Amino acid sequence: MKSNHLANCGNWFLDRFPLTKLWNDHMAQYYAPKNFNIWYFFGSLALLVLVNQLITGILLTMNYKPDASLAFDSVEYIMREVPWGWLVRYMHSTGASAFFIVVYLHMFRGLIYGSFKQPRELIWIFGMLLFVALMAEAFMGYLLPWGQMSYWGAQVIISLFSAIPVIGDDLSLWVRGDYVISDATLNRFFAFHVISIPLILIMLVFLHIVALHEVGSNNPDGIEIKASKDPWGHPVDGIPFHPYYTVKDIVGVAVFLFFFATVLFYMPEMGGYFLEHANFIPADPLATPEHIAPVWYFTPFYAILRAIPDKFAGVIAMGGAIFVLFLLPWLDRSPVKSIRYRGGIYKKALFLFVISFLGLGYLGMQAPTAGATMMARVFTAIYFGFFLLMPIYTRWEKTKPVPKQLTDQPTIEDRIPGWKATFCEMVKEVPVEKDGETVMSKRPDTSGIKNVLIRTAKNLKASLD
Amino acid sequence: MSEQGVDRSKRQFLTTALTVVGAVGTGYIAVPFLSQMQPSTKAKAAGAPVEIDISKMETGQLIRAAWRGKPVWVLNRTPEVLEILAKDTNKLADPNSLESNQPENSNNEFRSIKPEIFVAVGLCTHLGCSPTFRPEIAPNDLGEDWNGGFFCPCHGSGFDLAGRVMRGVPAPTNLDVPPYRYITETRIIVGEDTGADA
Repeated sequence: MKSNHLANCGNWFLDRFPLTKLWNDHMAQYYAPKNFNIWYFFGSLALLVLVNQLITGILLTMNYKPDASLAFDSVEYIMREVPWGWLVRYMHSTGASAFFIVVYLHMFRGLIYGSFKQPRELIWIFGMLLFVALMAEAFMGYLLPWGQMSYWGAQVIISLFSAIPVIGDDLSLWVRGDYVISDATLNRFFAFHVISIPLILIMLVFLHIVALHEVGSNNPDGIEIKASKDPWGHPVDGIPFHPYYTVKDIVGVAVFLFFFATVLFYMPEMGGYFLEHANFIPADPLATPEHIAPVWYFTPFYAILRAIPDKFAGVIAMGGAIFVLFLLPWLDRSPVKSIRYRGGIYKKALFLFVISFLGLGYLGMQAPTAGATMMARVFTAIYFGFFLLMPIYTRWEKTKPVPKQLTDQPTIEDRIPGWKATFCEMVKEVPVEKDGETVMSKRPDTSGIKNVLIRTAKNLKASLD
Repeated sequence: MSEQGVDRSKRQFLTTALTVVGAVGTGYIAVPFLSQMQPSTKAKAAGAPVEIDISKMETGQLIRAAWRGKPVWVLNRTPEVLEILAKDTNKLADPNSLESNQPENSNNEFRSIKPEIFVAVGLCTHLGCSPTFRPEIAPNDLGEDWNGGFFCPCHGSGFDLAGRVMRGVPAPTNLDVPPYRYITETRIIVGEDTGADA
């Protein structure tokens, strides 16, 4: 019988490779908490974007020329003359920004639910290494089109090394391979961008997931589901990753692709944020563009660099802003993981941190006026205050009791009646003459709106305690 | 496997010896690998001097040339500018260029061989952007105190028209003055000094 041959073939393979075991350990019998919310989409989305970058990147290398005299034109060649080249190039450039959006949200998820805390410190460390590798990858990739921003951005960042005392100048010379950014620099950045860093990224993703599957996922309640198990040894509050989360993640992928395609087809330059205008001018080593700023995902750190009026201290502050994130698992002394049960002081600190991070991101794109520099200094102080004061304020924190098992949150369907009631409170019915008939029409009700606003403000204040 | 009769100290010695030999070998192979990324002989040889004709320069004009791939500026300064440079020194971080790079023949009040002709490498000493030429007095965006100079658009460092850095900005030193000399009254050569140390 034919199927017997097939089964024999399958067995021959399974005797030599633990495919079933791997599948069960990491998918079909890997138990994840059942209460993942919207914040838990971004891990799988980051993986999706990584695959997108790898595939489009390989296609781009087939037509790109890593040569200072040919690079700019080869990108234009891809855009205009290679069949579907524009699509692949825009998928790659939009994918870079999408990668950072997804990764920043993924990291923020870690901050609100305490996913970096014991026993997940190593997952956080591998994740941070991924973040650093991703920044290196994005920075080196940005040089390759050899436009004005490519050139001067690389000039500034490589000059950061020269701020290091004693070895700085030799180090930046070694990185550039020339006395200025040149063909040698472009060529080696190409090598790093397409070979070394992608290999490192893939290795780190592997380590990140191996460490995650060893200890299991955290969840919005921040409690360990392994603590309560059913008679078969499975967590009571856990569900198998496959099919439950594979299917759920497909929904996330669909929503993500909706946004991704909108940017890709209608605003691939995103008004100069994803692809900067000055980068459509070939690199000119003799003239810096009037206004120079890095791509949006680097601007918070760039604003910190600019805020410090000393070269070496500025570089230290910028590096420190990233390094301090590595220490997060040991800076946070609170025994409670999830923001749902943490004290008001952490919520307020986190709120200030988000404001300062976004503020720095905005200021990093603006020209360095005196007022903007002052604001950047205030935000830099808040940024570092959030981390460096954390061992103190998380000790004072008045935490709430943590549940033994996962809690049920109201679903959107549960919330609809409440929203309807609020809407009715904010409008009043007034008779209106229309086509000779009197009909009841909804109009905004000022006193109702005022009540709702006051209540919302009170709820907001209460939720910060 | 039986652990009996194992000479542990011999085993330890062999492990240590192998580790040391391996580390030395790794060190040896690291040298060519890392040196590979140093500037090549060709890149080192590319720093030939350049000649700049300044006969057609008007007063107040700035011209740019490329030397070793870097922008070099030549600025023809007016007497009014020199007057400002001489007295407006209290907001400078290093007015006498003690911490800065310039050849001996330009280590003077105006940081140039001839007071009016200023030659400098047009790269900010902070992170290497090329500052913009802003000779106007007190423009709207740079404020009342601006007496003409160079402003770096990247991180907001300001320099006066002798390339001297303002106080309280990220750039640590004054703009570099390259080695240069006059071949004739109207031609200079950048990249060569007056022969003494060239």
